[in-house]
Amino acid sequence: MTAVDRPVMQKKDYKTDQEVRWCPGCGDYSILNAVQGAFAKLGKQLHETVIISGIGCSSRFPYYMETYGFHTIHGRAPALATGVKASNPSLDVWVVTGDGDALSIGGNHFIHAMRRNVGLKILMFNNRIYGLTKGQFSPTSEQGKVTKSSPLGTVDYPFSPIALALGAGGTFVARGVDILGPHLEDVVCRASAHAGTAVVEIYQNCNIFNDGAYKGFTDKEVRDARLLPLQHGQPLLFGANKAQGVAFDANFRPYLVTGADLGKAYVWDETAESPAPAMALATMSESEFPVPIGVFRRREKPTFEEGLQAQIAAAAAKKQESLRDLLYAGEIWDVR
Amino acid sequence: MPTHSKTTDHDKGLQDLDQVVIRFAGDSGDGMQLTGDQFTRTTALMGNDIATFPDFPAEIRAPAGTLPGVSAFQLRFSSFDIHTPGDAPDVLVAMNPAALKVHLKELKKDGILLLNTASFSPLDLRKAKYETDPRTDGSLSGCRTIEVDLEARTQEALASSPLDNRARGRCKNMYALGILYWMFHRDVAPTEKAIAQKFGKKPELVEANLAAMRAGFAYAETTEVFQTAYRVPPAPMRAGTYRNIMGNQALCLGLVAGAQKAGLQLFLGSYPITPASDILHQLSGYKHLGVVTFQAEDEIAAVCAAIGASYAGRLGITSTSGPGIALKSEAMGLAVMAELPLIVIDVQRAGPSTGMPTKTQQADLLQVMYGRNGESPVCVLAASTPADAFEVGYEAVRIATTHMAPVVVLSDGYIANGSEPWLLPDPDKLPAIPVAFAPAGEPGVKFMPYARDPKTLARPWARPGTKGLVHRIGGLEKADVTGNICYEPENHQHMVDTRAQKIASIADDLPPLQTIGPRQGDVLVLGWGSPRGAITAATLRLQQQGLKASCAFLRHLNPLPNDLGDLMKGFRRVVLPELNKGQLAMMLRSKYLVDVQSHSQVNGQPFKSHELERHLLKVFAELGIEVRP
Repeated sequence: MTAVDRPVMQKKDYKTDQEVRWCPGCGDYSILNAVQGAFAKLGKQLHETVIISGIGCSSRFPYYMETYGFHTIHGRAPALATGVKASNPSLDVWVVTGDGDALSIGGNHFIHAMRRNVGLKILMFNNRIYGLTKGQFSPTSEQGKVTKSSPLGTVDYPFSPIALALGAGGTFVARGVDILGPHLEDVVCRASAHAGTAVVEIYQNCNIFNDGAYKGFTDKEVRDARLLPLQHGQPLLFGANKAQGVAFDANFRPYLVTGADLGKAYVWDETAESPAPAMALATMSESEFPVPIGVFRRREKPTFEEGLQAQIAAAAAKKQESLRDLLYAGEIWDVR
Repeated sequence: MPTHSKTTDHDKGLQDLDQVVIRFAGDSGDGMQLTGDQFTRTTALMGNDIATFPDFPAEIRAPAGTLPGVSAFQLRFSSFDIHTPGDAPDVLVAMNPAALKVHLKELKKDGILLLNTASFSPLDLRKAKYETDPRTDGSLSGCRTIEVDLEARTQEALASSPLDNRARGRCKNMYALGILYWMFHRDVAPTEKAIAQKFGKKPELVEANLAAMRAGFAYAETTEVFQTAYRVPPAPMRAGTYRNIMGNQALCLGLVAGAQKAGLQLFLGSYPITPASDILHQLSGYKHLGVVTFQAEDEIAAVCAAIGASYAGRLGITSTSGPGIALKSEAMGLAVMAELPLIVIDVQRAGPSTGMPTKTQQADLLQVMYGRNGESPVCVLAASTPADAFEVGYEAVRIATTHMAPVVVLSDGYIANGSEPWLLPDPDKLPAIPVAFAPAGEPGVKFMPYARDPKTLARPWARPGTKGLVHRIGGLEKADVTGNICYEPENHQHMVDTRAQKIASIADDLPPLQTIGPRQGDVLVLGWGSPRGAITAATLRLQQQGLKASCAFLRHLNPLPNDLGDLMKGFRRVVLPELNKGQLAMMLRSKYLVDVQSHSQVNGQPFKSHELERHLLKVFAELGIEVRP
């Protein structure tokens, strides 16, 4: 490819003429910024990129990106995107969804996209609340949450989206945070490089209906002490001077280590065949342990669309059949 | 083997008939569908006109010998042009007491009953809810009964087969088929070929099945029980090349042919459901033609993936039955809003809810017409016979791509699984379906995704991947031309009107309605979908009685043909038989203010032409027109 074919891209090239209509202060703005930054860094061409969304605040995303975009119906974006990717694997297909869209009404499509390993990049904005419908609890809301539809607190237990993705066979599972722009931009770039389904859970603050949901571990003052950045090949260390670590016992139960035991901190391998360490990190208590961000799992596996195209190519190489042959097949007879 | 005095074929009578209706009935594991299918293929190859009606239970294997487990296959073949698989059978093959119990009442008076006597123990009788043995209590007095212990005869015939007893016994349907082949003077060669193909990898199965068939043939030929063989000479049919075809098959071929003529890759998103699954199966076998099939996680994903495929520039199709349409409704609305081609196939079955999955009905018309939120018009087509499904599939491709709109194709269980001889079209003479994608845009010129063709009102089909056409679409209301989100009252009114007008304009390209009979008269029988055969047969009989009856059939249900209103005005009465509670009748009454009389049947079975004829005679009588009894 020459430079003429693939012009250098800048963030502003992805901006559309549409006025952005998220609430002022919404975490979605910083996510949009990070995605535009990542796309520019990767030189993504406008016409080769398709962004497909469902319903919810996050799903307005395609209107603000100067690429192909399809704002579909509630929960169905992964299914629609599967049809797009299967039809034209050369397209760069992104899904933008939320915790309600992906995990509640669209839970089935979300897990099956991962089961098939379709080459979709799924950005799931998790604000642990229903924003567009003005403040009901979501499948990621913590138990006991008081909302308009749960005045006495929820009885439901929440999903861990990362654990769900791991359980569904996700081949790239990661987490970013709206306000950690550079980190998020990097995670988006890494998701883009993955061939199969990439799921990025993005902690996103809804300042209207669930303000401060992640404050306890993402605020500047507590961030270092409370976030555990996953780095491939590096021990699981956190804290101001990386003075604390996370280790696992023989049953992959996590425990904290410091001081002389720091060497026991688990060395992170995002490509591990067993999902057990990633699952342990995804399900450990948010209050007792630091909150992991970064790539939980990254495994190479043939994609759905590759398999599909290979079957078609093999079948076409093996058998040619004209329309006439197709119609005039089986037992035919002539009447004169 | 019991001894029988041997006679030669020459000694037995050979009688010519112009038509025969045979019904095979047995346990759902007895191979009745296969047996019927073989008889059908053979008979088609021998040049008869033929129509078939498989009627099977929803259970794959209901408890053996019970009434719910009975599976049947009716076929009618003739030396003249026929339109239905017949009402009452001339010949009933009953493989067990349960089959006898379910079907004996329909056998014509003095009809032939071929009864397998292998399982008539008190327990067998109890399972079939017989209190006394029907063979000795007078139940069979109205028919000519031929009792054969098919199990014992088949075991004898296969004595040297390496198969075990159970597997040998399973060949008894072929023994029965052999008997019928002799009785109706059929050639065994096509079945020999078909069985060799079907069980090709298991020579012992091929051998056993064919040995059983030949033994049955020889048994009928040699024993005195069978006095007469019958011959049904070929029917005069239009010159050409024929193939026997089932509705689901023909529909698939129509879609594939349409996609090829449009230069599009076909993408089917589907979720298995009776009686539509065969469409998924058949298209899955066309990978060598570039057909992509996607067995989705549910009905919703199936239609959404098809919409995604259309968006990406493929021909997106989804296939289902009524319950699946209910699930797809929201996504169909999205296709209306996004103005993308989409074909939705509804092979209707008896509802509501799960209803009777293997029984036929036409009660999804109003669902596909109006079962979506908002004003959400789609084109609706209906196939009326197995072969007609080819043309309807082809037409669906033409309309969906020409008008950038969703098209629903209504079929039903009776069309899907029924079969008839199909006069094969010349693929070179199929009408062209020109499709042009939006070309790459000029730098600096903003692409207008909702600019429209002035005649069809279709918007451009802009494939992602094309330079200069980036744009956003979605389910939110949008401004015409630019496609930007728009909540302006005037714009919404305009867009709702435009989407309606776009579908209405499809009628401008339709050929005039054809009628059987004059375009004026006393009674017009209108039909859509599978009642076509029964309506045609009944109308022709009325015409033979000198009555001024005509009939016409609607392939396009939305929009309706422009000349329908005038056609109806030429008759004193319009009667509309349909397998629902009067759904199209309601649509026509509201649109045309014509007093369309609904003739409704919702018992899960197709119309019987004689019953329809009786009803229509009553209509003539009501008009004061003398009808001979």
